[in-house]
Amino acid sequence: MNTNENKMPKKSLLSAQIDLSKFEKATDEEKAQQDVMSESTTFFRDGMKRLFRNPLAVMSIALLGVILVLIIVAPMIIPYGYEEIIKVDGKRDRGAQNLAPFEYSELEQQYMEKTGEKLFPHILGTDELCRDYFVRVIYGTRVSLTIGLFASIIVLIIGLIYGSISGYLGGKADLVMMRIVDIIYSLPDMLIIILLSVVLNERLVFKPGTLLANLGTNMISIFIVFGLLYWVSMARLIRGQILSIKENEYVLAARSIGAKPARIIRKHIIPNCLSVIIISVALQIPSAIFTESYLSFVGLGVKAPMPSLGSLANAARDGIMSYPHKLIFPAIMICVIVLSLNLLGDGLRDAFDPKLKR
Amino acid sequence: MDSKLAMYVLKRILLAIVTILIICAITFFTMHAVPGGPFNSEKALDPLTIQALNERYGLDKPLPVQFFNWMKGLVQGDFGVSLKNGREISAIIGESFPISAKLGLMAMGVALLLGIVFGSLAALMRNKLPDRVIVFFSTLFTAVPSFVLATLLLLVFCIKLQWIPVWDANNPSYILPVIALAAYPMAYITRLSKTSMLDALGQDYIRTARSKGVSRTKMIFKHALRNSMIPVITYAGPQIAYIITGSMVVETIFTVGGIGSKFITAINDRDYTMIMATTVFLATIMVIANLICDLLYKAVDPRIKFD
Repeated sequence: MNTNENKMPKKSLLSAQIDLSKFEKATDEEKAQQDVMSESTTFFRDGMKRLFRNPLAVMSIALLGVILVLIIVAPMIIPYGYEEIIKVDGKRDRGAQNLAPFEYSELEQQYMEKTGEKLFPHILGTDELCRDYFVRVIYGTRVSLTIGLFASIIVLIIGLIYGSISGYLGGKADLVMMRIVDIIYSLPDMLIIILLSVVLNERLVFKPGTLLANLGTNMISIFIVFGLLYWVSMARLIRGQILSIKENEYVLAARSIGAKPARIIRKHIIPNCLSVIIISVALQIPSAIFTESYLSFVGLGVKAPMPSLGSLANAARDGIMSYPHKLIFPAIMICVIVLSLNLLGDGLRDAFDPKLKR
Repeated sequence: MDSKLAMYVLKRILLAIVTILIICAITFFTMHAVPGGPFNSEKALDPLTIQALNERYGLDKPLPVQFFNWMKGLVQGDFGVSLKNGREISAIIGESFPISAKLGLMAMGVALLLGIVFGSLAALMRNKLPDRVIVFFSTLFTAVPSFVLATLLLLVFCIKLQWIPVWDANNPSYILPVIALAAYPMAYITRLSKTSMLDALGQDYIRTARSKGVSRTKMIFKHALRNSMIPVITYAGPQIAYIITGSMVVETIFTVGGIGSKFITAINDRDYTMIMATTVFLATIMVIANLICDLLYKAVDPRIKFD
């Protein structure tokens, strides 16, 4: 066999075979240059780092954390229930009406003197039906947050499915689906919500004792209304995202190797518009809490005796002259929750949507 | 271009008409899904009387026919009579809507004016003290529900300090309701116009204007402000919806006899004809306001394409 001086077979004239002898081995120093010194980072981790550098966002996360701990832990510690009328020694205490914060009723004072036992203080006083107000505010916060969260999830699911189908299909289907969205979008939402709540309140009857009955028809109708009306802006947003994402090469690549549309939406498109989705969900929660509080004002909020922040604030307006603190506390709670969710949403947008950063 | 514009206007008007029709249908059929008729009362009427009444008001006909008749009445401006007090609803709307419209327009005017001024100030003095104060308050006001603000204003200024008299139909004082109503949109417009002003100030045409020696005042008013107004105008249209729904709450608290408080009373009384009439009326106003804003907006900004 014909070999050259490096024991390589002799090349034919047009061969592209590489002559290894003409290459030098890399020194260790040169190899070290290729090492990645810093830890590799993902888009998510990068965004989180930016988020935690934003003091307002960190503050709102901390505030929301405190509120979460409070609404989980406080009902375990406080010996009163949200619909429980205060009893002293097993007897109903009629004097415990409209107490000021940290005040004890006469019966309670007598009981404490007699037994020497310290009763749990009414941190925010009591309401006109002798119920501990602090516990009611805590439960109201629970209810309002739950409504905000569930309403946003409903909006998210419907908007996500509708928007991704419309954006992915494109063409005629997209046109028709977006006309429907246009019409729903231009309906005056608050009027329709009130209208539907009025009807659903009369029409929805649940078997007593079931989960749905415990939630109350008003709460269910709030969810139904959100599911019917509020998904449109989410659907628009997601459609817009998908229209731009599906033009990318990796989607073409996935399609060329035979991936099904559902898989492309799930694996390629949704992860890429996740940040936008998270941000708008964060901003949807306060709007749901606002809507619920307006419905409470009109008398279409959650069912009594269950409290929500809106219904508490609204009920407090009757005795506003004598007991302004009853309005102030639920109102502050609404403000703090809405404010921190808004600031958190802004922070998330700054951190995860570099296009919007300036 | 012209035929495109005409097509666009036509399309928008058609969409608005379809929307209004859908609202009418939703209103009518949801209200008719409520169990019980208008003549169900505590006193049991004898069946013959009810039948006669139903015939008289056309309630014995099938629902689509009733819907058609109702729509025919609406087009002619006949909203029917209130179930609670038997008054003509068109008369009630006629006397209460002007109050609401005045209140709403004043609030919107205040919100737009102060919002744009504060927003531009904050953008021009970026990261200085006035900017921080404005941002703090505008963020705060977007988190306060209007009924809380209204109640607090009423408590502090009318009752505790007695600076401003409580609402009186003969001698109305619009100050507090306007503040309560304008607070949220004002805060929102402030934030909006701050961002868009900053955006406009960073554009190339501003640099060009500066470099050829245009004065700062002229640059701000002629170039930056005009361009930063566009997102504000987009927001102002749908905001009319907020003003009207928000005014329901504010009007009730300040006992202003506007259409919003009439609507709330109707809901609490389950006065179905009144609910139907006010919903359709308010919704039509909102849709028309949105339509006008949309068309104006396209007319103001020549860069927008008609498609």
